[in-house]
Amino acid sequence: MTDAVRSVAQAPRLPRLARPVRSAWHWGWLAPLLLFLAVLAGTAIGETAIPLATILKVLANQLLGAAFPVDRIDAGIIWSYRLSRAILAACCGAGLALAGVVLQALLRNPLADPFLMGISAGASTGAVSVAVLGVGAGTLTLSLGAFVGAGLAFALVVVLAHAAGSGTGGGRATQAAGAIILAGIAGSQLFNALTALIIAKSASAEQARGIMFWLMGNLSGVRWEDVALGLPVALAGLAICLWYRRALDAFTFGADSAASLGIPVRRVRGVLIATMALVTAAMVSMVGAIGFVGLVIPHAMRFLVGSRHTRLVPASALAGAVFLIGADVLSRTLVSGQVLPIGVVTALIGAPAFALILIRGARSR
Amino acid sequence: MRLCAEHVDWRVHGRRLLEDVSLTVEAGETFGLVGPNGSGKTTLLRVLAGLRRPKTGRALADDQPMRTMKPQQIARAIAFVEQQADTLDRLEVRQAVALGRTPFLSPLSPWSEEDEAIVDRALADVDLEPLAGRLWHTLSGGERQRVHIARALAQQPRALLLDEPTNHLDIRHQLSILRLVRQLPVTVVIALHDLDQAMDCDRIGVMDGGLLVAVGPPREVLTLERLRNTFGVHADFIDDPDEGRTILRFRRAL
Repeated sequence: MTDAVRSVAQAPRLPRLARPVRSAWHWGWLAPLLLFLAVLAGTAIGETAIPLATILKVLANQLLGAAFPVDRIDAGIIWSYRLSRAILAACCGAGLALAGVVLQALLRNPLADPFLMGISAGASTGAVSVAVLGVGAGTLTLSLGAFVGAGLAFALVVVLAHAAGSGTGGGRATQAAGAIILAGIAGSQLFNALTALIIAKSASAEQARGIMFWLMGNLSGVRWEDVALGLPVALAGLAICLWYRRALDAFTFGADSAASLGIPVRRVRGVLIATMALVTAAMVSMVGAIGFVGLVIPHAMRFLVGSRHTRLVPASALAGAVFLIGADVLSRTLVSGQVLPIGVVTALIGAPAFALILIRGARSR
Repeated sequence: MRLCAEHVDWRVHGRRLLEDVSLTVEAGETFGLVGPNGSGKTTLLRVLAGLRRPKTGRALADDQPMRTMKPQQIARAIAFVEQQADTLDRLEVRQAVALGRTPFLSPLSPWSEEDEAIVDRALADVDLEPLAGRLWHTLSGGERQRVHIARALAQQPRALLLDEPTNHLDIRHQLSILRLVRQLPVTVVIALHDLDQAMDCDRIGVMDGGLLVAVGPPREVLTLERLRNTFGVHADFIDDPDEGRTILRFRRAL
């Protein structure tokens, strides 16, 4: 204890320690490799299995301008159908997992997920408005409608949270987190009710089934244009999370504690939540509300790599990407001749896998 | 570091938590804040820590208004230990203490061996080295409080503000934490419930209903009349001839 005096007085000039600073540099090449292998597997596996050699040849033809002779149907399936689909699945998985990491960290609530802020509810309202009510008179696509709906719902939740948060006086940062969660619940319920109302009032049985399928998540019909949107969005989300990784760590003991560590809580929380809302809205509007990934992948990764965001952020992005590619493969192959909604598959594999991790985690304590 | 509050008012829902509070804590001083529950100790600490910006009045750190300082700049000089901050995360003790380096790290600067050494020293200062690898949820209340103090020490602050740090601690850890805090060559402001512990501060301030009703050396401020009026207790002072100090004996509530 007497050393206490020295520790503060003798500021930074301290002897170097022999302790090896744990480096994770090997993940720098292992992670892209894993991701590449997952995308390859997602492309190879399907109703018609395609050998790896063919895939590599098609990739070489398309990307490097090589001229290997390949079957034109195989080339079409690989390039126009499965590859774009696998890459978008990876982007969505990574984006949703990151949104989960950020919301759970900022709001200090283990049940926080990307859809907490009313985004999936708003997206579904937007989608049914376009598909069933014909809002936009043919100029709006389902995706655009969903994106607008998600944006509106998020804006409503933010306004509500702000009104509720400022009512708690002094603006204690921890109370603000509670206000956000409650506002999200209120917003989600409202938009879910609107969706149900529109479907019940106006939709035919066929339309209702189509909407239901879309809501459960659907990667069919993914095009390269979707990848052109999804990939930059996912990468930008990853970059912003990594940039703020220390701020996210600082929220470990709550927002008040983060403030005492010099984090401008309101600004950081605003930037991160808005970014993640955009990422989620973009993903949901392309592939529907795929549940489970954003809730469970972050928890699973905390068990495996710990709660420091320097490791948790890249690990969750990677795991989300690989997990959703796998779920997509299963959704295509589990029932032959039929594509299951991917949201069903993520929950079916995810729930038992997560249970296993929980049990093992409890034993290792 | 000299901390100063000037005519600070703080209201929530029309209720005054602080009313025209002015206080200067000199550099290197150990200043105790005492008062009944809800008297405004925590609010005043937060104002002095730069965590709350009062609409009326102002707070200064070494004569610089905190309103003009960035949060990071404040956190490099002032550390604040909350009452019972908790987490559900699976976090090792060392990682929790390492959070204290946050104000010194930018997104691009890597964690250095110097940071590592500062964290080691902070762990040693509160006797937590043997627990460095333990997970947060396996710690006792006293161990958690010491982790928070180590985290604050890792900020290498020039002023340390603590909100009832000895609550829920056994007597041994209460005394060791208070001794540690008094030894620090930095400005310390500490909110306390135990008036006997407050007797060891250089000066104390008594809060009552949002007002700072008295400031001065403990023996001058804690008069029997003050104990009756502010704290609602009848008490006696007993002189301990061996150590030459005065001990409070509380008789009964009013």
